[in-house]
Amino acid sequence: MKKTGNTYCFQDPPRVLSYASVVGKKEGEGPLSRDFDYISDDNTFGEQTWEKAESRMMSMALERALSKAHLPLSQLGCILGGDLLNQCIGTTFALRPTNVPFLGLYGACSTMAEGLLVASCLVESGFEQTACAITSSHFCSAERQYRYPLEYGGQRPQTAQWTATASGAVVLQKGGMGVRITHATPGRIADPGVTSQANMGAAMALSAYETIRRFFQDTHTGPSHYDLIVTGDLGKVGHQIVIDLFQRDGIDMRPTYDDCGLLLYDGSQDVHAGGSGCGCSAAVLCSYILKAMEQGIFRKVLFCGTGALLSPTSCNQGQSIPGICHLVCLEADEKWNM
Amino acid sequence: MEYVRAFLTAGVICAISQVLIDRTKLTPGRILVTFVVLGVILTGIGLYEPVVKFGGAGATVPLLGFGYTMAEGVKEAIAQRGFLGAFTGGLTATAGGIAAAVVFSLIGALIFKSRDRS
Amino acid sequence: MDITNQEYKKLYQKASPPSPLLKDASLAFVTGGTICTLAQAIRNFLLSQGLDEKTAGASLSIILVFLGVLLTDLAIYPKIAKFAGAGTIVPITGFANSIAAPALEYKTEGLVLGTCVKMFTIAGPVLACGLTASVIYGLLYYIFA
Repeated sequence: MKKTGNTYCFQDPPRVLSYASVVGKKEGEGPLSRDFDYISDDNTFGEQTWEKAESRMMSMALERALSKAHLPLSQLGCILGGDLLNQCIGTTFALRPTNVPFLGLYGACSTMAEGLLVASCLVESGFEQTACAITSSHFCSAERQYRYPLEYGGQRPQTAQWTATASGAVVLQKGGMGVRITHATPGRIADPGVTSQANMGAAMALSAYETIRRFFQDTHTGPSHYDLIVTGDLGKVGHQIVIDLFQRDGIDMRPTYDDCGLLLYDGSQDVHAGGSGCGCSAAVLCSYILKAMEQGIFRKVLFCGTGALLSPTSCNQGQSIPGICHLVCLEADEKWNM
Repeated sequence: MEYVRAFLTAGVICAISQVLIDRTKLTPGRILVTFVVLGVILTGIGLYEPVVKFGGAGATVPLLGFGYTMAEGVKEAIAQRGFLGAFTGGLTATAGGIAAAVVFSLIGALIFKSRDRS
Repeated sequence: MDITNQEYKKLYQKASPPSPLLKDASLAFVTGGTICTLAQAIRNFLLSQGLDEKTAGASLSIILVFLGVLLTDLAIYPKIAKFAGAGTIVPITGFANSIAAPALEYKTEGLVLGTCVKMFTIAGPVLACGLTASVIYGLLYYIFA
């Protein structure tokens, strides 16, 4: 491996062995419904509490990813994961029965990208033959964590995003076939002073711009070198800001740039500015994006996970919302284009 | 006519609150606090009594009316019990609503279960 | 190109759609008005049953609180509130909703530490500030009147 500027270049790129996504009802009614591995009609996933429901959803994603790879749990080298709940209990309780080495991550909605970045380093270095990046979010558990109880009669402003009930898991392996992870750029915390909890897209867009810009500089590339550049999850507002920020530099992002928060739902689903939550970008990656790469529709994709690193405490204490964006460059082999 | 006045009074109060929620940093929680305190103050300086006379339930049912009821209760309690009334009046006058909210909510929590809203 | 926080603020304010003020305020007007007109009808009914002004007022509060809690527990209140905004927050039914919602939601953390502790997370400040205001008013009234 090699480092250029801020970017890690993997010389023996880890490959995506398998992936799986499990989502809730509303997500299953969205435009990507055909691409998910499992859609639950019941957002309780048969559990008594929303927290348990989230854990159940995540363990389902892990099980499905492993079974698609025909990989027994005992042969999985390491799991990297996290979620939005306090002390990441969603992930801990999902993985409690696995007995697999576990590294907990907190990157808010950027967790999938962060997990892929760290997992890639572990696999390429040879410490692990396989590693899994996993994350989840659940509308009902996140809502009370960050905002109001579910039955409280509040109104969501137009800039607010909808926390996705979704989980995604990616298993990486050394060698073999599959989509490669060729580069990764860890993000830096960027805080442009946005204080509104109802406008996370604005809080995170600057970090997305800065990480993507650094990656372009490090690799001497631009948006036209990629079939898809996708942030997750800036929503309508943040998506527009990233376009505007690059416009100032004379770079037109529009032809290839999209956002997971805009891909997961369609306009009629009443999600205001779009989706959010760790599970949003994870589920979009583990369904639409990786499928399209396997089918040769996309060959080079920049997956840029964006997280708002706030807590209700920091917000109550008047702190602005820091954002972060981790970037992972995915490439499919040429021959798949045939 | 009484109903029209109630409708208009409550409508105006709610529309003003909505504008405050949409256009200022006041969250619903802060709006509620502001309105109750404002209700006490407006009643204290004699401005809310005419609104109640005009709007009836349209003025007493919104949270401004909660403040109004507290302030009226304080006045009455002081008239009856003197100094102590300053402390007992507010809670006594609103005790019904508060106790009802607590007790019904507790019973409701025992019977019902939180549901998915998505 | 680097960007200052001020420039960034301009950029994101341009990208952020405002809440539809006229629509929101109209819906709040109509729902708030309707709830209170209904309240007026209940009050008139109570008065016609021979209750005095004060008893009717207190009974009305209890009835409205009951309705607010019931609609919350049946998950109907938040559905109306999504459109009504302040129209369902400001009447006393909204106060009931703000207590019933956390009481129900935090049931999973136990009846005492969940429901009973958390039921005041939203309404607590209303009671604390309202009571304080009423006591201050009472003291001033006692001294000057």
